Amino acid sequence: MDFTDTKDEAAFRSAARAWLAKNAEPKRGAFETWDARYGDEALPRAKDYQRRKAEAGFAGITWPKEYGGRGGTAIEQVIWSQEELEYIAPRGYFEIGLGMIMPTLFAYATEEQKRRYPPKALRGDEIWCQLFSEPAAGSDLAGLRTRAVKDGSDWVINGQKIWTSGAHRADYGVVVTRSDPNAAKHKGLTYFFLDMKSPGIEIRRIKQISGASNFNEVYFTDVRIPDSQRLGAVGGGWGVAITTLMNERLTSGELRGPDWDELLGIARSTELEDGPALADAGVRERLADWYVKRQGLRWTRFRVMTALSRGETPGPENSIGKLVAAAQAQDMAAFAMDLMDMGGMVSDPELAPMRAAFQDAVLSSPGSRIAAGTDEILKNIIAERVLGLPADVRVDKDVAFKDLPASKR
Amino acid sequence: MNFDFSDDQKVLRDQARKFLGQHAAPARVRKVLEGDAPYDVELWRGMAEQGWPGTAIPESYGGAGFGYLELCVIAEELGRSLAPTPFASSIYLAAEALLLAGSDAQKKAWLPKLAMGETIGCFAFAEGPGTPTAKSIATRARDGRISGTKMPVPDGDVADLAVVVARTSEGAGDDALSLFLVDLRANGVTRTSVKTVDPTRSHGRVVFDGAPAEPLGATGAGAALVRKLLDRAAVLVAFEQVGGAQAALDMAREYAMGRFAFGRPIASFQAIKHKLVDMYVALELARSNAYYGAWALSTNAAELPVAAAAARVSATEAFWLAAKENIQTHGGMGFTWEFDCHLYYRRAKLLALQLGSARRWKHELMARLTKAA
Ligand SMILES: Cc1cc2nc3c(=O)[nH]c(=O)nc-3n(C[C@H](O)[C@H](O)[C@H](O)COP(=O)(O)OP(=O)(O)OC[C@H]3O[C@@H](n4cnc5c(N)ncnc54)[C@H](O)[C@@H]3O)c2cc1C
Repeated sequence: MDFTDTKDEAAFRSAARAWLAKNAEPKRGAFETWDARYGDEALPRAKDYQRRKAEAGFAGITWPKEYGGRGGTAIEQVIWSQEELEYIAPRGYFEIGLGMIMPTLFAYATEEQKRRYPPKALRGDEIWCQLFSEPAAGSDLAGLRTRAVKDGSDWVINGQKIWTSGAHRADYGVVVTRSDPNAAKHKGLTYFFLDMKSPGIEIRRIKQISGASNFNEVYFTDVRIPDSQRLGAVGGGWGVAITTLMNERLTSGELRGPDWDELLGIARSTELEDGPALADAGVRERLADWYVKRQGLRWTRFRVMTALSRGETPGPENSIGKLVAAAQAQDMAAFAMDLMDMGGMVSDPELAPMRAAFQDAVLSSPGSRIAAGTDEILKNIIAERVLGLPADVRVDKDVAFKDLPASKR
Repeated sequence: MNFDFSDDQKVLRDQARKFLGQHAAPARVRKVLEGDAPYDVELWRGMAEQGWPGTAIPESYGGAGFGYLELCVIAEELGRSLAPTPFASSIYLAAEALLLAGSDAQKKAWLPKLAMGETIGCFAFAEGPGTPTAKSIATRARDGRISGTKMPVPDGDVADLAVVVARTSEGAGDDALSLFLVDLRANGVTRTSVKTVDPTRSHGRVVFDGAPAEPLGATGAGAALVRKLLDRAAVLVAFEQVGGAQAALDMAREYAMGRFAFGRPIASFQAIKHKLVDMYVALELARSNAYYGAWALSTNAAELPVAAAAARVSATEAFWLAAKENIQTHGGMGFTWEFDCHLYYRRAKLLALQLGSARRWKHELMARLTKAA
């Protein structure tokens, strides 16, 4: 066991530091976000930062060089993330494209497509979104109904997607469709990528419980996609979707928002009936529990990285990250508000401690327990893939999709 | 960065698992549970022949001079097998106390024998229910003699040598306590076995009545030494707890796969699946915290106090969860003497208390995390 950088790692770290010192802005307090600092300018500035980062070879660190990457190691990626955390950096614009969709293109696109799309995504010139979920298909993604019908060398798409993060600013998207309703549920799916400016696409913003609007409904009316933009075989869309989802689980381990250290800060600065909250035994016990879990996740990530650095596929222990962190973020945020007692109700950033980070987190954390696999679905995955337990008894396996019962709405 | 055990350490783990699979199978553990022998003497001798007690003891004191990572690997396997021996008392506590605070003469006198497994050591700290502190400890040492009652003392009924925490001055300050080495075969020592929730590990009540006692470390340094000693032992016991939790989870999984109800394996019911996942998640967090503790212990890092407390809390909770839900997964069978579930359940609760409860360690953890400010 050894936490020190090797010579190569140390060299990479100092190169990363040097670039960041010159090109990135230091944080002015733990809670300042890119969007809060730059307002209307946030998106163009994010693209500009991403382009410079890509040109310097710090985006796509593990990607092959021929597609714009650095050809570096997983450990270098970790080092980069550690160093970049010290600065204010754009978040939420590029992760879906770079973390989930481009790896899918690498696995299924033509050589020409791989030279065309990933480099532009890497430079932030083109933003991607993931059009998977539908009103009747979330956890049970294979229940999706958006239809794809072949017409000459094109496919014609009709239907509706929902919860599509970032669709409103995306240039391209990947979409899973039903190409054969007579086949069994998982067998009649086909996967495409498409231009989000294609005629027939209508995007409607959805307002979340927090009041923000990061995701959308996307309606398809006779949208044409050339067959050359199909990824995988006709009817083979499920396997392609799984590739995307596996990468989703790799990218979604770390959540944003206030963490244990900030909760400790609140406990220090808040007075309760018998003095500072931090002196209260009950408060200390809760803090200790969350610290231990937070550290457990941190060192689990190090174990995963060690496996990656040896070229091994990390075990599915990776999937415990979001499961534990999302629920804990919600519990800690609610507890921080409890410590503030009646004053905890206030969510005005000018009045609430830490610019209302915990009040915000209470309203954003439920989404983390749902997005990228709900708690329950993640537990099913761990049960079946890690512990090897039997799959749920299913009633939808050998039935034509069109004959399956559906939700009452 | 490399956050894993080395290939050599993994070979050692495989060897230990194989050895314990042969010599500490559940049937052997049961013999101690149901018999009169306080521990499995033959197994203990076999472990000594393997050289395990001397793993982290330097060669100059008769040990093998490997390191703590190797000892952690062995600890995990001991925990998995529930091996009924005084290994933890003798090695994680008595030998560690000597390494921490002993004079060269004391180390030379005792470590080689501990390393060979010829002498069994123990650590005498508790004095009945409640947290032992500089305020509460009544055992008194004066002019080379010690008097007082320690209970329960893990392996106190079978050990030859005890490291004893005693008062050397009045007052409730940390400097009121000191450590002593006491030869338990000397005059002035009376010992009886004490029944505990886990009869596969022996415990004693040790009464000192003017027994000869030799200072171990400086007078008044007792409380600080105890803290250091418990930190080191906590990491090693965390590996035992992780091993035990893994064994309980494996057992629950296997039973759930083979037990049918309502026409299907109970392992296909989501309530059972999610229960096993909760056990797995707690176990992985505990394992990762234990790994970090192992790193801190093996490098004597400044982070050890925090790392050890986190490892201790995490492992205690993981083992308890796995052990109790293992019984639940077994249904009525899990509540029988005949099934092995209760062996893990008993051991989980025993280890949860042996170095102090999780409640106390959480308190320590917070004290350490907030000390600086
Ligand atoms: C913030 C956010 C961003 C998102 N971004 C995107 C995006 O960019 N692209 C995209 O395609 N989708 C996106 N999603 C959608 C997300 O993937 C789905 O919401 C999620 O998969 C759950 O599906 P659902 O909402 O239909 O809920 P359901 O699937 O209807 O689930 C409802 C409840 O039933 C439980 N449940 C369902 N099946 C089982 C089962 N087998 N066993 C036990 N319990 C079960 C669930 O756990 C949940 O508690 C986003 C969601 C959120 C919240």
